[in-house]
Amino acid sequence: MKDHGAMQRIVRELAAIVGDRHVSDAAEERYLYGRDMGTMPPAPPDMVVLPGTTAEVQAVVRLANRERVPLVPMGAGLVLSGLTRALAGGIVVDLKRMNRVVAVNDVSRYAVVEAGTSQGMLQAYLKKHHPTLKHSLPDAPPMATIGGNVLIHGSGHMSCAYGFHSDMLNGLEVVLPTGEVARIGSCAVSDYWFARAPLPDLAGLFLGWAGTTGIVTRLAIKLFPRYPFNDVAIFVADDPAVIPDVLGRLTAVQVAEDMTAWMTPKPAWAAGHQHVNICWGGHSREELICKRDLLRAAVRDYIQARTAGFMPLPPPLKKRFTRLPDSQLTTFADVRKGGGFEYVGAIMPVDLFAAAYRLGVRVAEARGVAYSLGARIIGANHCMMFFFAYAFNRADDADVARAQGALEETNREVIALGGIPWKAEAPAQQAILARMDPSTRELMARLRRAVDPNGIMNPGNWETER
Amino acid sequence: MDHAEILHRCFRCGYCKLPGNHVDLNCPAYLESRFETFSPGGRMWLLRAWRDGELEASERFQRILFSCATCANCTEQCVFPKFKDRLLDVFAAGKAALVEAGRVPPAVRDYLTAVFDHGNPFKLPPKRRTLWAEGLDLPRFDGQAYLLWIGDVGAGDPRGRQMARQVARVLQRAGIQMGILGPDETSDGNEAAALGEGELFSHLARQNIARFRERGVRRIITLSPHGFNALSRLYPAHGGDFAVFHYTQILARHMDRLAPPTGGPPLAVTFHDPCYLARHNGEVQAPRRILARLPGVTLQEMDRSGKNALCCGGGGGNYFTHLLGEGPDSAARVRVREATATGTAVMLTCCPTCLAMLESAAVSQNLDGRLRVCDLAELVMERLDGCS
Repeated sequence: MKDHGAMQRIVRELAAIVGDRHVSDAAEERYLYGRDMGTMPPAPPDMVVLPGTTAEVQAVVRLANRERVPLVPMGAGLVLSGLTRALAGGIVVDLKRMNRVVAVNDVSRYAVVEAGTSQGMLQAYLKKHHPTLKHSLPDAPPMATIGGNVLIHGSGHMSCAYGFHSDMLNGLEVVLPTGEVARIGSCAVSDYWFARAPLPDLAGLFLGWAGTTGIVTRLAIKLFPRYPFNDVAIFVADDPAVIPDVLGRLTAVQVAEDMTAWMTPKPAWAAGHQHVNICWGGHSREELICKRDLLRAAVRDYIQARTAGFMPLPPPLKKRFTRLPDSQLTTFADVRKGGGFEYVGAIMPVDLFAAAYRLGVRVAEARGVAYSLGARIIGANHCMMFFFAYAFNRADDADVARAQGALEETNREVIALGGIPWKAEAPAQQAILARMDPSTRELMARLRRAVDPNGIMNPGNWETER
Repeated sequence: MDHAEILHRCFRCGYCKLPGNHVDLNCPAYLESRFETFSPGGRMWLLRAWRDGELEASERFQRILFSCATCANCTEQCVFPKFKDRLLDVFAAGKAALVEAGRVPPAVRDYLTAVFDHGNPFKLPPKRRTLWAEGLDLPRFDGQAYLLWIGDVGAGDPRGRQMARQVARVLQRAGIQMGILGPDETSDGNEAAALGEGELFSHLARQNIARFRERGVRRIITLSPHGFNALSRLYPAHGGDFAVFHYTQILARHMDRLAPPTGGPPLAVTFHDPCYLARHNGEVQAPRRILARLPGVTLQEMDRSGKNALCCGGGGGNYFTHLLGEGPDSAARVRVREATATGTAVMLTCCPTCLAMLESAAVSQNLDGRLRVCDLAELVMERLDGCS
């Protein structure tokens, strides 16, 4: 902990780097940047800085190294699990001034963006300038950043076809914890950002590390054809035990871009049912219908046995389910009239679907927590991100504590089942590390020491040596 | 403070920062600052912290509250239907609490003091309030069909006066029978209300309503969308029951009364929707109907238009207080850059505040000479007179 005079000097030096307007140690910024929308307790930074260029990030990192001050990289701060809280104080580096779309290659179908570029702005940019291309959008508000979502292994509306958003990453520009700028992927060798292959893949040093190994300033992501025709169907079953097989059949057809299960006690018509949204597209109506028929054929056995079937969907409802991003998901935060929800997003094998469903219902009902459950399928049934979302009233401490307890229990139980909490809160990270192969944990520790010798990067997260 | 019961319901999801099509940041204060604290959600959380005693009403806190341009992008885009319409009321209540506590930025204090002492923020003596109308042969209101309400910026800002003259001329040419209050016109209070000075607003509203009634005013045309908002949406709560129109609504109805425009060379223009016309009052068609009646004029919309328009940054008193600054990320400068991106050389609007803000920004952006900012009425008059 530095004294006030030293902190003031650091503020002045930061101002010299980014300009007076883009640094603050005011109480207001320290308050707001010290907390997110989830249940984790606040941890305020000493100051917040808004760099505008990679060179400015580099200068900030060098200053932080010299002064041994922690750095907390931040995109939109929408992670909900407290990863951008300043657990050891220091400087929050808000990257949203770095929001330019640097380049789009519409032949090799990738976009290079600054890390603070929002999902919504890239979506709008592509619609205007490259209307035949799109990127995979997460179920997050449009201010969520491309960089943040890729780096936490996010997933989205094309994950059934193409995997995690980190799988769609072509390359990175990253300011290392010691201040050097490194390029990862083809851009390290070429002017093109077309792939991470065939080089030794260093991207893993920065994916899933919660900002503890560097500050990514640019990245390239894959783009995909935007279908002019799109459709959605909802398959409904009552027995969660059949869902892995249903998903296996539907994904085997390999026509869906997105497949997401959802289970919720409200509205009443949805209670007790397992719904699977299947989204696909086509270049023509004929292609759309052909794909629909393939999907129907895949689950015909269930329909004929009358144990499950497709829900009739009038056009307005189809529109609501194909709208991207879907703002209705955000409104779950107001279920308790209290502006809060957080979820355990567990990366799990699809085999565990029924167990995960039962876990979510049991935890929520035992604790009296408003809940919504679901699962996004990643790849051709390769795994799922099963989410256990719990709403709370921010103004009611007991309600927040109930949700927090539900999240903690869910994290524990998920790990016990064989899943792994995604973008885990700091305590859940420790639970994962406790279960982790010791050699893997030691490798993480060695890598961390090697890239961040002064231990300045987002301390308190992935603390392998605690 | 009023509306405190919804402060904690904001999730800070950030939809409020963007327009409906998500093309770019659309909250002027957040756009200029980029600190989360200056976003609508940030304001909600900070207000709650202040109410709970976790924060002081520091100078920065005051700046965060009062730099809100009241553009209503947040209310337009918020995804929580049960309280989205109250966001600006929450911010006004927060500002009101600061006013009550005497904790406001000096520029806000000076604005409110000027309106209280002089009846307008420019400290204009009554006889100078009619400078804009000199030589126009505009009668005092005496039972004509309409009262033409000019408002503070039309009367006090040099560019606003030019606009007011052209609006009056084009309405006269369309045969609209109207009078003005002249030296008896005072502030309509729209900005006082937005700045949380409810008592001052109430005083102005009651005073103006009484004047309208004394003179038998039934129908009012406003120069400014701000005045339109005050008179049509805020005055009814104080007993105002007048038919209120923005000048573009009247002009759009009566374009056929104007002599067939002789036109001029082909001209591509873009149009900036004023927040208090488009978002606050839902009027996006009237200006476009006028443009559609001008031969040779084609409209190139900006990426953000209608209810998605980026504010000029002048609302909520910011035209007077300058709390949003004039840097490269100020809303007005971003907006004139967006206008030039359409490839047009003329940026139109229909609000004296927007006009002054955007023209100033064009100069700051070194676009003067390449981008002409003018009012819709000015263009109509030029086209009617056959010159461009």
